[in-house]
Amino acid sequence: MALLQISEPGMSAAPHEHKLAVGIDLGTTNSLVATVRSGLSHVLGDEHGHTLLPSVVHYAENGVVVVGTEAQKKQNSDPHNTIVSVKRFMGRGLKDIDTTQLPYHFAEQAGMLQIETRAGIKSPVEVSAEILKVLKARAEEALGGELIGAVITVPAYFDDAQRQATKDAARLAGLNVFRLLNEPTAAAVAYGLDNASEGVYVIYDLGGGTFDVSILQLSKGVFEVLATNGDSALGGDDFDHRIYCWILETAKLSPRNAHDTRLLMSKSREAKEWLTAHAETQISCLMSDGEFVNLTISCEQFTALTANLVQKTLSPIRKAMRDAGLSIENIDGVVMVGGATRMPQIQQVVAEYFKQTPLTNLDPDKVVALGAAIQANVLAGNKSDDELLLLDVIPLSLGLETFGGLAEKVIHRNSTLPVARAQEFTTYKDGQTAMSIHVVQGERELVSDCRSLARFDLRGIPPMVAGAARIRVTFTVDADGLLSVSAREISSNVEAHIAVKPSYGLSEDEITNMLKASFNSAEADKSARMLTEARVSAGAIISAVNAALEADSALINKDQVSAIQDEIKRLAAICTTDDTDAIHAGVETLNHATEEFAAVRMNASVSRALAGKALDEIKL
Amino acid sequence: MAITLTQTAANRVETFLANRGKGLGLRLGVKTTGCSGMAYTLEFVDSLNEEDTMFESNGVKIIVDPKSLVYIDGTELDFTKEGLNEGFKFINPNVKDECGCGESFTV
Repeated sequence: MALLQISEPGMSAAPHEHKLAVGIDLGTTNSLVATVRSGLSHVLGDEHGHTLLPSVVHYAENGVVVVGTEAQKKQNSDPHNTIVSVKRFMGRGLKDIDTTQLPYHFAEQAGMLQIETRAGIKSPVEVSAEILKVLKARAEEALGGELIGAVITVPAYFDDAQRQATKDAARLAGLNVFRLLNEPTAAAVAYGLDNASEGVYVIYDLGGGTFDVSILQLSKGVFEVLATNGDSALGGDDFDHRIYCWILETAKLSPRNAHDTRLLMSKSREAKEWLTAHAETQISCLMSDGEFVNLTISCEQFTALTANLVQKTLSPIRKAMRDAGLSIENIDGVVMVGGATRMPQIQQVVAEYFKQTPLTNLDPDKVVALGAAIQANVLAGNKSDDELLLLDVIPLSLGLETFGGLAEKVIHRNSTLPVARAQEFTTYKDGQTAMSIHVVQGERELVSDCRSLARFDLRGIPPMVAGAARIRVTFTVDADGLLSVSAREISSNVEAHIAVKPSYGLSEDEITNMLKASFNSAEADKSARMLTEARVSAGAIISAVNAALEADSALINKDQVSAIQDEIKRLAAICTTDDTDAIHAGVETLNHATEEFAAVRMNASVSRALAGKALDEIKL
Repeated sequence: MAITLTQTAANRVETFLANRGKGLGLRLGVKTTGCSGMAYTLEFVDSLNEEDTMFESNGVKIIVDPKSLVYIDGTELDFTKEGLNEGFKFINPNVKDECGCGESFTV
């Protein structure tokens, strides 16, 4: 006899056609799978009732792949073949990773790093797929059928390569990915539905390996991401590492081999977890060289050791708050996500910063998976009305290069997806028939400081005077974050377009650094922009005056011609300097010097137009 | 005759209704579909139809339409666990034959 779940009114599935869908939190430290049954989202446990699956994969000697707690036990005895925190390697190259602290044998291959194990060379995608396979099997057993799809969560700052790697891992595990969902957004979904609350929320997600902060606006069942920020290299693991370093220092240990490192790291983690609810803990373990370590660490010591790690989370919060244009008073609630937020020192600092007690009523380890399951349930079609429409944002501004190497932003950072924006540009030179469109990403004013995404040419523009062509450039970013750019000359309908993946190959660090650089160099960027703009306008007037001289120099006498030519030379000379004000002054002088010439030309062209025509032919 | 819920089933239904935040009760029904002719349906109820019959068992309102009632009158709904799976089970005295999986039946 099959077991039935309660459906929404009118949404009962036909026999054998239940739309089974799950949400998966593929975490750095632990992974979870959750589903919605009879309208309630809950995390699925294994046969022992354990819901957290340690994200550890062990390649055993007999060729068996072990995942989870059993694999974790091999961490100390067989570190080279036991892969932990593989999420940190997803979509990354060797150059992105600090390999000095890691016990693995790495191999670089086609952009993404690989790990040598006894089962052969494994990519992070394959390792992650092993974790997903276990979760899939668990879900299918618990739900009694095949899954039609899954929502998998990723950190908000995952770039395209990392997202793609996650999708590949799912495909390798035989999962159909409905959608990748940002972890903080998933957490908001879980809380938003459970509490049916409206307002502006901050999601503080300190996971095992990453820190993300997101500011979300909840209203009428719609979540809008106002801003996201984070630190890709900060997580609960770093707190373990602080204790680990403290042990090395306090016990005056020499550098350890891989086995001892693992052992001390897991002892450090145990100590951290114990200190969440206790005043002190004892760390004792036997090193491989026979040395015995026996130390006691108190909660105060631990808080002091990690104070700067906790403080480090505040800077991304400030940036996100600034991006969203909000102050502390606007925040209606702070949601804590990730096991590391159980640490009392973190809850305290967050409470002090936001002047309110953070929300912790859902299990911080499960909240992301619960939200993902709710979203998966909607996407599977088990809800009659789309109560939830999730809006994501683009992490960095998208724009194009304009004359003089300036970046013109078309879609600004934190615009909600999907989005389409168009802007009109024009030609710079008379008779220009082609235009090169250079698509860039970043917050800086100069193209050289931004990341180049794509280039394409719009050809076949009919020859016109400079500034007469109207080229409409449209940027479109779809719900999956895929950018396409099209350019069209309006009078002739000539068109060209290109599809680009906006954040391809951009590491989280690069994004963070690019953002940081744009804040630090705002002033320098502004003056660089003004200087370039002044040069461009000077260049434009010089070439206009030259063209006019070529055509109509006969209208004025030689002295006047040479006076104008002198002014052009003078301005051209000023343009080579970095003096913005002098360039502006030079442009003014040239304008002034050509006033008479311009008047004469105007008269001449009017009389040309009127010559030989009867009065009634002239339309006034 | 009537439709009843076991205490376990009633507790679960109450939990689910509370989590959902709205709903009058639980609708039991049958659809003419499936490999053995009929299939059970189990849904939350937001609005009642004129011809519906309402029962109450262990504090939960059970709503059935007259067409379904003839097939499931006397049914007890239970909530059980089978391995990792868990869900509701119809114990229907009218059933003569079921398909292997038990999702559909004949009377």
